Amino acid sequence: MRSEAATLERKSWYKRHEIAATPWLFLVPGILFFSIYVIIPIFQSFWISLHEWDGLGEKVWVGTANYERLLGGDRKFEVSFWNNVRWLILYLLAIPAGLFIALFLNQTVRGIRFYKSMFFFPFVLSQVVVGLVFSWFYLPNDGLFDVITGWFGIDIKGGVLGNPNTATYGIIAAGLWPQVAYCMILYLTGLNAVDPEQVEAARLDGAKGWKMLWYVILPQLKPATFIAFVVTIIGALRSFDFIAVMTNGGPFGSTRVLSFYMFEESLSEFGFRMGYGAAIAVVLFLLMLGFILYFLYSMWRDEREAR
Amino acid sequence: MFPAPIQKRSNAAQITYQAALPIAMIVWLLPLIAVATFSIRPESDFAAGNYWGAPGSFEFFANYGRVFFDSDMPRYLLNSVLITVPTVIGAVALSSMTGFALGVYKFKGNLLIFFMFIAGNFVPFQILMVPVRDLTVNLNLYDTKIGLILFHIAFQTGFCTLFMRNFIRQLPYPLIEAARVEGVAEWRIFWFVVLPLMKPALAALSVLIFTFIWNDYFWAVVLTQGPDAQPVTAGITSFNSQFRAAYHLMSAGSIVAAIPPVLMFFAMQKHFIAGLTLGAVK
Repeated sequence: MRSEAATLERKSWYKRHEIAATPWLFLVPGILFFSIYVIIPIFQSFWISLHEWDGLGEKVWVGTANYERLLGGDRKFEVSFWNNVRWLILYLLAIPAGLFIALFLNQTVRGIRFYKSMFFFPFVLSQVVVGLVFSWFYLPNDGLFDVITGWFGIDIKGGVLGNPNTATYGIIAAGLWPQVAYCMILYLTGLNAVDPEQVEAARLDGAKGWKMLWYVILPQLKPATFIAFVVTIIGALRSFDFIAVMTNGGPFGSTRVLSFYMFEESLSEFGFRMGYGAAIAVVLFLLMLGFILYFLYSMWRDEREAR
Repeated sequence: MFPAPIQKRSNAAQITYQAALPIAMIVWLLPLIAVATFSIRPESDFAAGNYWGAPGSFEFFANYGRVFFDSDMPRYLLNSVLITVPTVIGAVALSSMTGFALGVYKFKGNLLIFFMFIAGNFVPFQILMVPVRDLTVNLNLYDTKIGLILFHIAFQTGFCTLFMRNFIRQLPYPLIEAARVEGVAEWRIFWFVVLPLMKPALAALSVLIFTFIWNDYFWAVVLTQGPDAQPVTAGITSFNSQFRAAYHLMSAGSIVAAIPPVLMFFAMQKHFIAGLTLGAVK
């Protein structure tokens, strides 16, 4: 009897607050998971970065010593940082390249769907496979790339990936392959939704070619460009798989980026240096945070307009 | 339509375009085509330095047979399936709930929670690595599939929530109000009104998450080691050290590792692309 009355009361409490309580009930599992595995670890990393820790024993408080060492002339860190900058700048080429291919393919001829799928195809492959494919493509002497450049009398000593001057660029080119495909599909979708009346009106006004693209088409593609920008920046700063698979940071550490260096320090065979690794991760995070805040601000602005 | 339809141009232009399409495609896919030809060559071709000439013999069955019967590849593939499928189910389930809560209800903190999910989805993996690895070790889940699945579900919930919430926003709201007026309980609105309308979003997210998780490499090497739990992306590296410099087998192995998401893409192309380009059109 008593428990029945209690359930009735609980039920009526729930009934009375149904609209207010339901969203929270639905959110609990998601927020719980996300907090434990994503939100809290971000703060834990900050905390760990102030310690020296081998991942097993006690953490030893060292204050900002890790950061001082990192920013005070760690050669590996400098190389990684500048490689990250190279990745960021060159990876953005994926956006115009993707737009170019999308414009090339935006026709209605027979079989065009097949061609679109084939151009998009590299994006579906895992980065590990793309990395392997390109490392065989770049093989010194026997790789197809070396064979083709050989026809033009270009000979890269040690192969693209064996030469510290070219290795990073070789990896970025491999990374661009799927990224261009992604940007292309974004722009194809965007082009599909371009307002035909505006295009016709502009055509009557005598706009064509570059002028049409710049003043009429691109403004309408802004949402696609925004997403392409977001995914390309994030992709550039997340580059890890390619480097791990293609060069493992070499030759002579010339292809390290922050994400790879962090992994190397934390789980290296010479002992785990989790504190120092966490400090590198924090620097990478702060670098990304600038972009994240900008993305969030743009999205928030759109949200407000939508209301 | 931009650029102007090719049909409006001269015949010569049309023929040039039709000819340019396959050539451009072959150039674009050249690295892949190269690997595909590697995978059907006999070993003797590589020993003789015949990398790009006509294959000495057609060894498709021999090479792929060895991948399947002479290596740990089938185990890695099975691990990948056992990691990917539960992750897809978990992440889609969690995010259809969070997406529903954030898309349908107005309450204090709605936008804040929504932006927390988006922001978390953008962070570099490395900032999570040390604590997540530590947590997984402490839970006794290091080098298990469960450890990897739990993390993947949690992390993917960020992107999935963004996706689901925006999708639910586009549904006709009067439908939900009508159900409320009828006195339908809120959870029944979710189950019987909203969920059936979300089928396209569920399909799109499932194929996307399947591909993302199948292709994950970083967390596979951070949270697992060895053939008991490692998925195929990580397994391929040990596969490659088993067959060092045996290009015909390494390339066959890579192609096998890549096939499931490729099949998924071609089978569900429409949903896949709809999912990837959500938001590209206002």
